[in-house]
Amino acid sequence: MTQCFHVLVNGESRECKAGETVSDLLRELDIRPDRVAVEVNLEILDKGAFGTRGLKDGDRIEIISFIGGGSLPINKYRDVT
Amino acid sequence: MNDDRLIIAGREFKSRLWVGTGKYKDFVETKKAIEASGADVVTVAVRRVNITDRSKENLLDYLDPKKYTILPNTAGCYTVEDAVRYARLARAAGVSDLVKLEVIGDERTLFPDTAGLIEAAKILIKEGFVVLPYTNDDPIVAKKLVDIGCPAVMPLAAPIGSGLGIRNPYNLKIILETVKVPIIVDAGVGTASDAALAMELGADAVLMNTAIAGAKDPIMMAEAMRYAVDAGRLAFKAGRIPRKLYATASSPIEGML
Repeated sequence: MTQCFHVLVNGESRECKAGETVSDLLRELDIRPDRVAVEVNLEILDKGAFGTRGLKDGDRIEIISFIGGGSLPINKYRDVT
Repeated sequence: MNDDRLIIAGREFKSRLWVGTGKYKDFVETKKAIEASGADVVTVAVRRVNITDRSKENLLDYLDPKKYTILPNTAGCYTVEDAVRYARLARAAGVSDLVKLEVIGDERTLFPDTAGLIEAAKILIKEGFVVLPYTNDDPIVAKKLVDIGCPAVMPLAAPIGSGLGIRNPYNLKIILETVKVPIIVDAGVGTASDAALAMELGADAVLMNTAIAGAKDPIMMAEAMRYAVDAGRLAFKAGRIPRKLYATASSPIEGML
């Protein structure tokens, strides 16, 4: 049986399989890697590391992109891509 | 106007009107307004990707990176740590080394925390960022930002989204005389005459979002702003006449009956 564990992706809990990488996660979420930045436990990854960085139980992952913005307080601007 | 280029940190820009991409009805309207404005620099915010609803379109699908310089901002950041983190994420997303740095001091006014701004700018400049700081209309802070290596300064005209226009033209004038880098008047513009006035004062460019996106007809307002910025720039370069209290006749007296 494949081992499962949980990570937090953009604040939401998600189940991952052993051996899963950041690239795998982006593919599952249907997110183009060229448009985003990924932070794992506050460490920003080079895009080149997406394919090799394995996920571990409890990892806190942030996937960010660009949205329309001039300047607005963050709490009024949660609605993304 | 064509040879009157704005150059910042070796990058050349055709338009002196820069625009934000927030508050539009949809991406189609955003795209049309930007096209009507003639801007070649557009600001974007850095936010979490919506992972639950992937059907939503991406802003970058509507902004050709070959046509526009994408300028990520750190809008919504209230601490040095947050602003630095957002700037690093923006660069990692692969757009460029440019960042419009905002460290906001207060939610009600959205005025910049200038002490935090200088601190964050120092960190990012050391990391190789081209930092364009959103700051107060304070000549001393503007000079400090230039001294630490900012290639341009972006003082506000009035609070973000307020539409109050240029509240302190004299301070802007002093900033323009104090620092010798491009000055981009950012935030507070309400209508075309505000943009023209900023340019007439000698500003190198104007950045706005709400004045266009919040207008009844954003696309028409974008066009109005384009003309206003061009007109203001030409008037500045042409050199206005001095103000006098009394009349000076334009028609000759000679030849009168």
